[in-house]
Amino acid sequence: MTKRWISLYVENQIGVLAKISGLFSGKSYNLESLTVGPTGDETVSRATIGLLSDDATFEQVKKQLNRCIEVITVVDLTNTATLIKELMFIKIINCTPERKTQLFQIAQTYQVSVADFGKNSLVLECVLTESENNRLIELLYSLFGECEVVRGGSVAIEALHK
Amino acid sequence: MQIKGTELFVKALKCEGVDTLFGYPGSYDMDILDSLYMRNDIEVILPRHEQGLIHAADGYARSTGKTGVCLVTSGPGATNLITGIATANYDSVPLVCFTGQVPSNLIGNDAFQEVDIIGITRPISKYGIIVRHRKDLGRIIKEAFYIAASGRPGPVVVDLPKDIMIAIGDDLYPDKVSIRGYRPNTSVHTGQLKKVIELLKTSRRPLLLIGGGVHRSDAGTQLTKLVNQMKVPVVTTIMGKGTVDTGHPLYIGNLGMHGLYGANMAVNHCDLLISIGTRFNDRITGKLDTFASHAKIVHIDIDPASISKNIKVDVPIVSDAKTAIESLLEMTESYEQKEWIYKINCWKAEQPLSIPEKEGLLPQEIIRHINTLFDDAIIVTDVGQHQMWAAGHLHLDNRKKLLTSGGLGTMGFGLPAAIGARLGNPNKQVICICGDGGVQMNIQELATASAYELPIIICIFNNSYLGMVRQWQQLFYDKRYASTCIRKNRNCPLQCKGPGPHCPEYSPDFIRLAESYGAFGIRVNHANGIRKAFGQAMSNHKAPTIIEFIIDSEELVLPMVKGGQSLEDMILDC
Repeated sequence: MTKRWISLYVENQIGVLAKISGLFSGKSYNLESLTVGPTGDETVSRATIGLLSDDATFEQVKKQLNRCIEVITVVDLTNTATLIKELMFIKIINCTPERKTQLFQIAQTYQVSVADFGKNSLVLECVLTESENNRLIELLYSLFGECEVVRGGSVAIEALHK
Repeated sequence: MQIKGTELFVKALKCEGVDTLFGYPGSYDMDILDSLYMRNDIEVILPRHEQGLIHAADGYARSTGKTGVCLVTSGPGATNLITGIATANYDSVPLVCFTGQVPSNLIGNDAFQEVDIIGITRPISKYGIIVRHRKDLGRIIKEAFYIAASGRPGPVVVDLPKDIMIAIGDDLYPDKVSIRGYRPNTSVHTGQLKKVIELLKTSRRPLLLIGGGVHRSDAGTQLTKLVNQMKVPVVTTIMGKGTVDTGHPLYIGNLGMHGLYGANMAVNHCDLLISIGTRFNDRITGKLDTFASHAKIVHIDIDPASISKNIKVDVPIVSDAKTAIESLLEMTESYEQKEWIYKINCWKAEQPLSIPEKEGLLPQEIIRHINTLFDDAIIVTDVGQHQMWAAGHLHLDNRKKLLTSGGLGTMGFGLPAAIGARLGNPNKQVICICGDGGVQMNIQELATASAYELPIIICIFNNSYLGMVRQWQQLFYDKRYASTCIRKNRNCPLQCKGPGPHCPEYSPDFIRLAESYGAFGIRVNHANGIRKAFGQAMSNHKAPTIIEFIIDSEELVLPMVKGGQSLEDMILDC
């Protein structure tokens, strides 16, 4: 099983997201993340899909996506130089002043920003890769116990220099 | 010009050459049906249930090559189509299914008879779309017909809210479509075909495997030429049967779970397998590790997703079957391998598909009569044992076609599909072969056949059982006939080991049932009554005839490969 990335151009129509996600669930394909948003062309949406699969299944995933009438283009980013980032917010509450200082240091080290903070709490805004976000969550869990996490799923684009 | 949505709908049907529509009324398609009222250029067929309706449209499409058109109302009308949509999707049948929908302003309100039919059918249709704006109506219908019939054909669902259909708008129906995400392949990669030629040149044991795709692209004639030219033997899937005359000396038979011994042996011993228009379904491959394990595999299919899905392919070729076959005709010569053909003929002779030598009314004998009595016919089956007997024993050529639900295996398909086939082929004899279980799943369509004076011959192979499941119980479940006996009533013991003299009477009485629907009913108990019954049925020109054949309750479909076993591990006799 290998991590794969697909960039998908689809018709910006109602039901297309349901079609794509339904394809994955209906055919028992792994789906780690799926993000969709509009593009410069209002009739086209662009999705980034992250999944785990073997080679044969991945070929099927691409073919099945291509088979959807609403899918315009399937781009396999797996072996391409890409820029991939995921937006994540982490909220930590009930911090002591020392802990807060520690959090500011962590923010600096990880190059994430403090999006909001109060007397005893703080929100980190992280634009990192999926695995960096994973590592950060792990660290904060080990230091502070429960934190509130929301993740947006990754977006990917081909790099200029391959 | 400004016209109503319903009028544009009729215009669209005319432009698409639709002369037959299968429709059932309800609150939200009645405006459309009203616009078709009193027209003599588009016949609206009224079946008795929407499932029967869509199977009829399916039978019409399979037998004519045209696109079948359904029109039903919202909610239950639409949901009753589901089995038929999945059936057509599996077997690549072009259908356009129009469903009425509640007015746009009510969508999402849980209105009376509102369902999200596009959402429900998304995984089982080729494409589905709701019309949200009157201005899009013409384009969407045009695209629906194009998508249904092109590439790998399939069912398309178009949901039509009532307000859109009564709204006034333009009368434009486009000539062309342009869908950026859908450009089916219309050519064939010559480089890949050259690889096939190279493989053919060195192969000692080449074999052609033909599936339903060759029927869909109407390439039987071209395929026969190719077989004659290359002198390569042929096996078929059930869906591919009849693409080559079953009497052709190079034709072996069907492969798979109930395939011919010779066909299964040929597949597992060939060194080159050229398959056209099949997706290597588990029912034909058996255990994947042993399937054609000595062979290089060439796979020609219009659907890229069907290639290398189930088995690993050496030469993938995305192409319409006819296009590929025509190109191969220009590039190939004879690759006759006499030893290989001799070997296959030995296998065929070793275990032929013969009629068992025993007393009683044998299903195989009934099919033998169909072979000899009819030389120009469409034979439609339901699903189950009778289907496998028919698929094995029927002789087919370019005048005799077999229509069957191969992929989904839909019981209840046979009778309505036969109705559709006869409506599309008014001069062809249509014979429906079904079991006593399956025929009851859409028996109400007997009324449709009577109403439209369709002289279909409906052969019910009555063994009082849901026979295919019973066969598995008989062979692999120690005769624990759980829920497969149709005679069972509340007085039966919990444990039953098979039929006996104390079994309850069979219900229904198919003869009286036929009569109550305005059809003819003939019961046949002995083999010597088969010919006479068909003779009587053929003399009924304006009504369907049910011939109920009372066959042995525990007759088996043989040979058989148990699910998941190698094709060579065949149960030949019991």
